[in-house]
Amino acid sequence: MSKYLVNLKINNMPIAVEEGTTILEAAKKLNFRVPTLCNHPDLTVAGNCRVCVVEVKGARLLAAACATPVSEGMEVFTNSEKVRVSRKHIVELLLSEHNADCTKCFKNGHCELQDLASEYRIGDHVFLDLVKPESKIQDISSPSIVKDDSKCIRCQRCVRTCTELQGVSALAVINKGDHQKISTFLNKPLHEVVCTNCGQCINRCPTGALTERNYIEEVWNAIYNPSKFVVVQTAPATRIALGEDLGIQVGERVTGKMVAALKKLGFNKVLDTDFTADLTIMEEGTELLTRLKRALVDKDETVVLPMMTSCSPGWIKFQEHMYPELLDNLSTCKSPQQMFGAVAKTYYADKINIKAQDMIVVSIMPCVAKKFECERPEMRDSGYQDVDYVLTTRELAMMIKQAGIDFDKLEDEHYDSILGESTGAAVIFGATGGVMEAALRTAYEIVTGREVPFTNLNIKPVRGMEGIKEASIKIKNVKPEWSFLEGVELNVAIAHGLANARALMEKVKKGEAAYHFIEIMGCPGGCLGGGGQPIPTSPEIRKKRAEAIYSEDAEMTIRKSHENPEVAEIYSEFLGEPLGHKSHDLLHTHYKPRKRY
Amino acid sequence: MENNLKKVDIIFEIDDKCTPLDVVVKTLKRPADEIILDLIDSGLKGRGGAGFPTGLKWKFARNEDSDVKYVICNADEGEPGTFKDREILDRVPEKIFTGMAICGYVVGAKEGYIYLRGEYNFLLKPLTKKLEEYNLFLKKNNIDFNIYLKSGSGAYVCGEESALFESMEGKRGEPRNKPPYPTVAGYNSKPTVINNVETLVYTTMICRIGPEKFRELGTKDSRGSKVFSVSGDTPVPGIYELELGMPLHEFVNEFGDGDVKAVQVGGASGHCVPRKKFNDTIIGFEGIPTGGSMMIFNSSRSMYNVLHDYLEFFAEESCGQCTPCRVGCQQLLKGIEAVKKGERSPAYLDDLKKLTGTMKIAAKCGLGQSVGNPFNSIIDNFREEIIY
Amino acid sequence: MLTTEALVKELVEKNGKTRNSLMPVLQGIVQKEHYLSEEALLSVARELDLSAADVYGTASFYTFLDTVPRGKNIIRVCKTITCHMKGKDEVIKVLSNALKVKVGETTHDKKFTLLTANCLGWCHKGPVMLVNDEIYPDLTPQKALEIIEEYAKEEKKA
Ligand SMILES: Cc1cc2nc3c(=O)[nH]c(=O)nc-3n(C[C@H](O)[C@H](O)[C@H](O)COP(=O)(O)O)c2cc1C
Ligand code: SF4
Ligand code: SF4
Ligand code: SF4
Ligand code: SF4
Ligand code: FES
Ligand code: FES
Repeated sequence: MSKYLVNLKINNMPIAVEEGTTILEAAKKLNFRVPTLCNHPDLTVAGNCRVCVVEVKGARLLAAACATPVSEGMEVFTNSEKVRVSRKHIVELLLSEHNADCTKCFKNGHCELQDLASEYRIGDHVFLDLVKPESKIQDISSPSIVKDDSKCIRCQRCVRTCTELQGVSALAVINKGDHQKISTFLNKPLHEVVCTNCGQCINRCPTGALTERNYIEEVWNAIYNPSKFVVVQTAPATRIALGEDLGIQVGERVTGKMVAALKKLGFNKVLDTDFTADLTIMEEGTELLTRLKRALVDKDETVVLPMMTSCSPGWIKFQEHMYPELLDNLSTCKSPQQMFGAVAKTYYADKINIKAQDMIVVSIMPCVAKKFECERPEMRDSGYQDVDYVLTTRELAMMIKQAGIDFDKLEDEHYDSILGESTGAAVIFGATGGVMEAALRTAYEIVTGREVPFTNLNIKPVRGMEGIKEASIKIKNVKPEWSFLEGVELNVAIAHGLANARALMEKVKKGEAAYHFIEIMGCPGGCLGGGGQPIPTSPEIRKKRAEAIYSEDAEMTIRKSHENPEVAEIYSEFLGEPLGHKSHDLLHTHYKPRKRY
Repeated sequence: MENNLKKVDIIFEIDDKCTPLDVVVKTLKRPADEIILDLIDSGLKGRGGAGFPTGLKWKFARNEDSDVKYVICNADEGEPGTFKDREILDRVPEKIFTGMAICGYVVGAKEGYIYLRGEYNFLLKPLTKKLEEYNLFLKKNNIDFNIYLKSGSGAYVCGEESALFESMEGKRGEPRNKPPYPTVAGYNSKPTVINNVETLVYTTMICRIGPEKFRELGTKDSRGSKVFSVSGDTPVPGIYELELGMPLHEFVNEFGDGDVKAVQVGGASGHCVPRKKFNDTIIGFEGIPTGGSMMIFNSSRSMYNVLHDYLEFFAEESCGQCTPCRVGCQQLLKGIEAVKKGERSPAYLDDLKKLTGTMKIAAKCGLGQSVGNPFNSIIDNFREEIIY
Repeated sequence: MLTTEALVKELVEKNGKTRNSLMPVLQGIVQKEHYLSEEALLSVARELDLSAADVYGTASFYTFLDTVPRGKNIIRVCKTITCHMKGKDEVIKVLSNALKVKVGETTHDKKFTLLTANCLGWCHKGPVMLVNDEIYPDLTPQKALEIIEEYAKEEKKA
């Protein structure tokens, strides 16, 4: 059914838009920018901050442009005197309950409130200072997230994010009136509640009220410490987004520049998490085939299917809280970042003749959950904390700025070897469906000896931004040793964003889903939309980042994990075989149930 | 002194020959459209504060296409100085039920809810009993409508219709964006008629006595009578049903203690009228509308204390979601304190008055929008009392 | 006495396992246990499949859904304007002295909690107070004391 067109005027300019369009969207079409705070393209409409108010001719009240649908004959003014006065009042009010010490604030320069305040030239304090002293006590209990209520404007974007996108609801609005604030269950510290550390709330917080725990100083100290050998690894999704924080267009890949910048910052070796992403595929692919064999050939009823990916630490913690009964479905593989740490402080340290205790492993991640992950007690299989510090893409951008590096002008450089070689399969780990695609490229080939039956290896059905994707591949003409898979229809599912994961888990729990393998990424869009990626985020931005990832893959010479020569090398020199004894010790782990309530 | 103030007896009147039960049975034999016409003709406007024509509201809901619709009686009476709904619920609940049942018939709803404020929990038991009897009566007469009771838990803002729906849905009572309006998407996002307790009783009575009788009372803009809650400095505090459209001085003559300095019309969110304006203030939709609260202050009262109480009330009872109201209420409260203590100059009151201008047009719901009413009317008329 | 968990189960059974039942369920708990304990909030969240933070956030919106321990008898003295004018301060003062608690506090024997409330809808008979669900209008300090003494004597159940 086609929608009606509605005619209206905005600032005297006529426009016709579809019924149901908001004033905000209509104004945008005419290139009138109406400021917003509580509104976010990923979230339902709240209409609570009121900075988007506009005047509608004949109406007693101003209308919240984000929350008001257009109507026939409407005449809207986005910058009338009433609007300006009100908007300025509202920003002044927000600042009056705000601890505006911008120079100390992690969000300085990237803050939507600050932008508005400077746009409206809010000068001397018009109103009384209402900041409550107790609100200035930050919650730093989580290794991933810092919550500072004195910087919160109660837009509720975090609450909607945690509920609508992540299905977690660790954050809620509590109390009313002058005591209203954003908090957790009984105001407990974040590390004691169901928070998954995904950081999606950070990505959508307009102010400095929610930020990542930053470890920039610690990393500089390590770099400056002559007795430490500092290696850095970069996750797949960082290379397609870092530029956004350094003045480069969304969707532009900056792999070579990023490597060059890291070398300039003084890291001793610049290596790639992509390498361990390939390693993950070898281990996880083998694990899947083993589980299938045990189920189909040995008729072993203790085998748990569907198997679920385990590279997203936000998703892991989610599962530990929400579906502890499904923990055995998780692959025992560590995430690529942790595989990297374990391998770096053993195999690699030996190879380059550095003592593990002298090595510092820094990760550049699109993720804040990985800050939590690296501190998990399970992640010390090298005998030391396998990964020492995790920086977000945003923190790396900050370091690059601090170092005075003109990023745009950098010449591309290559990753160091070894542990720097990667494949297209590893790169697509950064997008939802990527792990699945990489796994299929390898597993199918192992089993049949042929490439996956998709043009140019592009497994289109598992790509894209649909919340839950399903696909099946018929396995035919297998190699003799895999004869039990002949004719098997391999059913897979993919979900990204924990609310979608939750929906999928409910299906699994009810036994409504006959999947063999499920890929879950905790963040919307996968790691490219991670909680540590440049802000802002939106469906369009994530789409552009995904395009960048797939074009990086398309341009790689090697596009299958099992063809990564360094991966072959580590198996022959060190690990032996996938799921072998060494792998088991270093690359696999287990999970523990956590309280949901 | 001559006084034209007209006391009326419609709401609480008991007529054994035509009980609310008789009214519902009789009325439901009439075509629904005719009932709506009667209501429109009567000129009845909502008694909950906003004053929306009741007949039109029912008509809108009737015109919505939906299998499920609801009728809700707003018994959250929380406006300071208002207690008439409690009295109605206590004395003539069947008239309320009948109004709801008629409404259900007219708009096509099968379920009705009464949302009773938690402070009136002592009414739960008697009301539950009477409701059971009433529901049974409806069933026996093949009237497909059932009324349920829900209670609040201490939140003034839940009297705002959309906050009330949120509360009934088990959520925080945060008012919603409008549109959509309740008649399109209310409780459970279904078309809903929500009416004040008193409004529903008048619908029952209009069905009984006819619209003409009702519209004989009152003025062009304010038809009929209404129940007033009279409190403060008066020798005769209580509940009175009076014809609408009276000048305030007549009211003061009748109820004042001879030393009246000001009357707060419409509760904390209403307007404060000083003595010098008693003569030209009309109580009704053409003058100062009221949900029924009339608080009388004599010359011994400090208007600073009055305003301070109101502002404290709003700062606490704001739902807290929208900026103009959450922060605005606190600024007004802290602001008059600062002026009183001399920490801000008296001119700061004018900055605050401008702020209420923004609250009035930019706050999300009626609560924030109306805080300026008491603030400006008290500051304008009793400025010295605030400053010194 | 039912355990908290059993009580929650019973209330959910009675009111239905949907979000719309949240208020009646919370109200039912407060009626029996005087406040919402951590255990009670968690049980509700589990039974209604809601997040604990969400249940807490909702409860904390409502003045009568306390999440801190309260006495067996909760006194709420109206503090709004007409009751203010008619002497609520004196009433609060005598109660506070007699019970040896400040507003917001609970007596050591957990029998009484003294609170204030916004307008209770009895302004023509101020000052007024609620004790649990019972209303006491036309108070004088003396009357208020006598009422409380009755509760203390009778060990009257909430
Ligand atoms: C803050 C606020 C509180 C309100 N409280 C009540 C109330 O307690 N009772 C009531 O009937 N209407 C109250 N209203 C008005 C309702 O939103 C709604 O307009 C009314 O219930 C409609 O009924 P009526 O048309 O019969 O007046 C309140 C409005 C606001 C903004
Ligand atoms: S949140 Fe924004 S406005 Fe507030 S201190 Fe930080 S940068 Fe400044
Ligand atoms: S980090 Fe994720 S789970 Fe934790 S509060 Fe933020 S959005 Fe919710
Ligand atoms: S923490 Fe951030 S996102 Fe959440 S309400 Fe406060 S300002 Fe908004
Ligand atoms: S005006 Fe006040 S009560 Fe109404 S929505 Fe805004 S904050 Fe809530
Ligand atoms: S952006 Fe519209 S109200 Fe906040
Ligand atoms: S002011 Fe106390 S009951 Fe209304």
